[in-house]
Amino acid sequence: MNTIITSKIIITMLIPMITGLLVMFSGKKPNLRDSWSTLGAILTFASVLSFVPTILNGTQLKYTLFELYPGVSVMLNLDGLGVIFALVASFLWILASLYCVGYMRGLNEHAQTRFYVCYAVSVGAAMGAAFAGNLFTLYLFYEIVSIFTYPLVMHHQDEEGYAGAKKYIVYLMFTSKAFLLPAMVIIYVLAGTLDFQTANIAQGIFPADASRLAIGVAYLLCLFGFAKAGIMPLHNWLPDAMVAPTPVSALLHAVVVVKVGVFSICRVMLSVFGVNVLAETGLGLFTAYFVSFTILTASIIALTKTNLKARLAYSTVSQLSYIVLGVAMLTPNSITGGLIHIANHAFAKITLFFAAGCIFVATGKKDIKELGGLGYRMPWTMLAFGVASLSMIGIPPVGGFVTKWYLALGTIDIHNWILLSVLLISSLLNAGYFVPIFLQGFFGKPVPEDVGVTGSLEKQPLILFMVVPLVITATISVLIGIYPNLFLDLINLMVKS
Amino acid sequence: MEKYLILNTLNYPILSMLLIVPVVGAIIAMFLRGDTLQKYWSLAVTLITALISVPLWTCFDKSTAKYQFVELRRWFPDLNLDYVVGVDGISMLLVLLTTFVMPLCVLCSWNYIKIRIKEFMVVMLLMEAAMIGVFISMNTVLFYIFWEGMLVPMYLIIAIWGGDRKDYASIKFFLYTFAGSIFLLVSIIALYINTGTFFIPELMAHTYSFSFQMWVFIACALGFAIKMPMFPFHTWLPAAHVQAPTAGSVILASILLKMGGYGFLRFCLPITPAATYYCVPILLVMSLISIIVGGYLALGQTDIKKLIAYSSVGHMGFVTLGIFLLNTGGIKGAMLQMINHGVTTGALFILIGLIYERTHSREISDNSKLGMIMPIYVTFLGIFSLSSLAFPGTNSFVGEFLVLFGAFEKYPLVGALAIPGAILAAAYMLRLLQKMVWDDSDGHAHHGDDSRSIADCNAREFVQLAFLTVFVFWIGLHPTPLLDVMDTSVAHLISQVEAGSVIPEVVRTGEHHALLHDAGVWIKSIVSF
Repeated sequence: MNTIITSKIIITMLIPMITGLLVMFSGKKPNLRDSWSTLGAILTFASVLSFVPTILNGTQLKYTLFELYPGVSVMLNLDGLGVIFALVASFLWILASLYCVGYMRGLNEHAQTRFYVCYAVSVGAAMGAAFAGNLFTLYLFYEIVSIFTYPLVMHHQDEEGYAGAKKYIVYLMFTSKAFLLPAMVIIYVLAGTLDFQTANIAQGIFPADASRLAIGVAYLLCLFGFAKAGIMPLHNWLPDAMVAPTPVSALLHAVVVVKVGVFSICRVMLSVFGVNVLAETGLGLFTAYFVSFTILTASIIALTKTNLKARLAYSTVSQLSYIVLGVAMLTPNSITGGLIHIANHAFAKITLFFAAGCIFVATGKKDIKELGGLGYRMPWTMLAFGVASLSMIGIPPVGGFVTKWYLALGTIDIHNWILLSVLLISSLLNAGYFVPIFLQGFFGKPVPEDVGVTGSLEKQPLILFMVVPLVITATISVLIGIYPNLFLDLINLMVKS
Repeated sequence: MEKYLILNTLNYPILSMLLIVPVVGAIIAMFLRGDTLQKYWSLAVTLITALISVPLWTCFDKSTAKYQFVELRRWFPDLNLDYVVGVDGISMLLVLLTTFVMPLCVLCSWNYIKIRIKEFMVVMLLMEAAMIGVFISMNTVLFYIFWEGMLVPMYLIIAIWGGDRKDYASIKFFLYTFAGSIFLLVSIIALYINTGTFFIPELMAHTYSFSFQMWVFIACALGFAIKMPMFPFHTWLPAAHVQAPTAGSVILASILLKMGGYGFLRFCLPITPAATYYCVPILLVMSLISIIVGGYLALGQTDIKKLIAYSSVGHMGFVTLGIFLLNTGGIKGAMLQMINHGVTTGALFILIGLIYERTHSREISDNSKLGMIMPIYVTFLGIFSLSSLAFPGTNSFVGEFLVLFGAFEKYPLVGALAIPGAILAAAYMLRLLQKMVWDDSDGHAHHGDDSRSIADCNAREFVQLAFLTVFVFWIGLHPTPLLDVMDTSVAHLISQVEAGSVIPEVVRTGEHHALLHDAGVWIKSIVSF
């Protein structure tokens, strides 16, 4: 494996930050401001895309910005895992920024400039986390994401918004200070460095004679420290964070924020601890069982929710744990299944949230019971919703199937029937809470005041700003189910080594 | 004597000038007329002092642990007492901190101080000279003179220009600090009788009996722990901070508190290493209590200034924790934490003074919902609050990380117990930030129906805060130059402590009490003196 040292990789992180500044200074001109966002998103995606061929060649890009202390530095290192996350997040930002225009203007939201600034900086920080070359850099960007998403969660500035945002920041800050900080210090004491071992996922960074107890403690601290991943019992912030405007729930709480958490856990498992250590100490299997609990419990809770966004939130909690489950099983197939779910879940879940937000802007409905017959008035939205649901359930040819296929192969590789049954049961549960929404949309009885009202809701220009992105994400979600090769190639780079 | 020193090779006596310029400036200020002229004059004097101190950084020799820029003049040959000033890697940064914070103190008093401006500026300049003196003194007598010399100007700053309860606060400050320094004086004299010298490096080189070390250590540590302030001697600090004018709070937080830490590093550790080793457990416990109690009390405050004052207790707990870990990570972390606290908490006090000038209240509830009205102010508040809670990428993170690294390396349990302090710091700073920027549920109240008009930062305030912001990120992302400067001195200090760290067997096994073991011998020698 080659490593190229190049300062070019800072660009990806800088573009969203500069976008944030430009947005801030053009707050008085909404059209200019919103075009900065979209332009920034497109450029960010383009810059990530420009690195893909190099990464596919098996080369990694690296750059050290600052050195704080020997072994502790702000260092960027782009490899296959990072590029998957960066590609997905930056691409979805383009669509989300278009969607935002429709949503924020459609509802005439206040403080839109603050919203767009924080949105851009959060995405930029997520890019930084994807590109992080060591644990300190990861921690740095992880925390920046926490701070800059706070104003987004409390955007409405009402009782509910403040309560949700308070819970959000308390969960995230508490876990990162209480668990992540000591974990980082312990890892530094044990290994003398915080740099990731990106060349090889087997080895990890610890010397062979490091105390297994200390490694175990550090591992558990990391697992709980990255509370953004929504692993139970530290998942509770996520449903409450749904008080945020829907574009925030969509991009941040289905793609950027939660994926930063999951990505960080995967990164730490593969590039700090290494497969060998996790297998030898049994921590891998422990994690697999631990997150299985989250997968099942969150799905069951989702069944009980009638608020559309709340149901989606619990579905997110459940789906995120698939990613960790895959990595924790520590076989090539399962790791592939886990990591590819970063992309599959992102495209499907953002579609679902986009649809939920679109319905809310067009009709003001938030509850599943009220959706009766809406499928005829918003056919594109509901169809996209249906396609994304199929992905969540794991039905071919949509993306989610690829995930479940590789995960199932992984359980068979390790002859673990318990985990296999977890996968099957959870798929049934997924079907159990997604299918009724779709059925309600097309076959349910309309609420009394809607009886007899016909006519499409999808023709107003602002609504189109929302419908077009969600149709695109649904389509891509099918496409990556049929052609998963790009992501598989990127994952293979890591798994094969 | 010369083997410890590198004489000043610059073509002017840099350290003496740092002492003389503010004093001369103060004397001239007494004869100036007009408030505006006073202010500009003091600003000029502090800026010139800062400028003079720059070569300390640029010409510093990092490769040696010897004292540099030394000036040596005979003073009282009969007593073996000379005028010696010098700096090493430990004190140099603190001198620079002092010279660079002082212009900011003058600037933040520009409109805040309304009465007796001339006297205020004179006192501030004298204060500067005394503070620099403490850090550059190389014998115990000079150290003590400056140490006590600080007390009077600081007392005056609180007692004349302070808030409603200034009498209570100033007396409390004076009595606490003075009580501490009395013990310091006793140990200085005891050391002199025992060794016949006041010269600090020679005192370090001398070996003392164990119980003598214990007594000296306790006497010194008491003085420094009060200054620090360490739990349970911290109660003067919130009172003094709340009542002091902005500049007084900034001086207190940024510089005066550092003298406790500096004292531990300069006196306790190298002069009484065995006693230090013996007392490490209790000092670590006290540091942990300071960290947690400070943070916990800060959490409950409604007065912004009190909140920051209690947070200082917590931060200083991290400093003493680092010092008494007695390893490189700990001591370097503690040193850096002192500088960081000077920058960050100084800035926070400037921010509080700034809002107090506008709303005449220090209550959080009177100063909330500023987000839309004062965007620049809120941005700075955000930066320094994050720095105070040790956000990665800011200065405090590096210090806290190093201290925790030192702790986990040596005593993992101590490290684990310090973590709640870090959590509390996040809790109270984020609470403060949330309330000042947005406040609790007020619906969409910011749509222009907020009739308050509070002026945002003006250019003068912007410059002060921007200056400190540079340090927040510079130290946060590139602390290597600072750590390099400390490197040799800290390594030397640790070797000194380790060399003298033998605790007698009889004390360790508990047969003799630590304070009484062979105490008869040296008590006799002192009595016969």
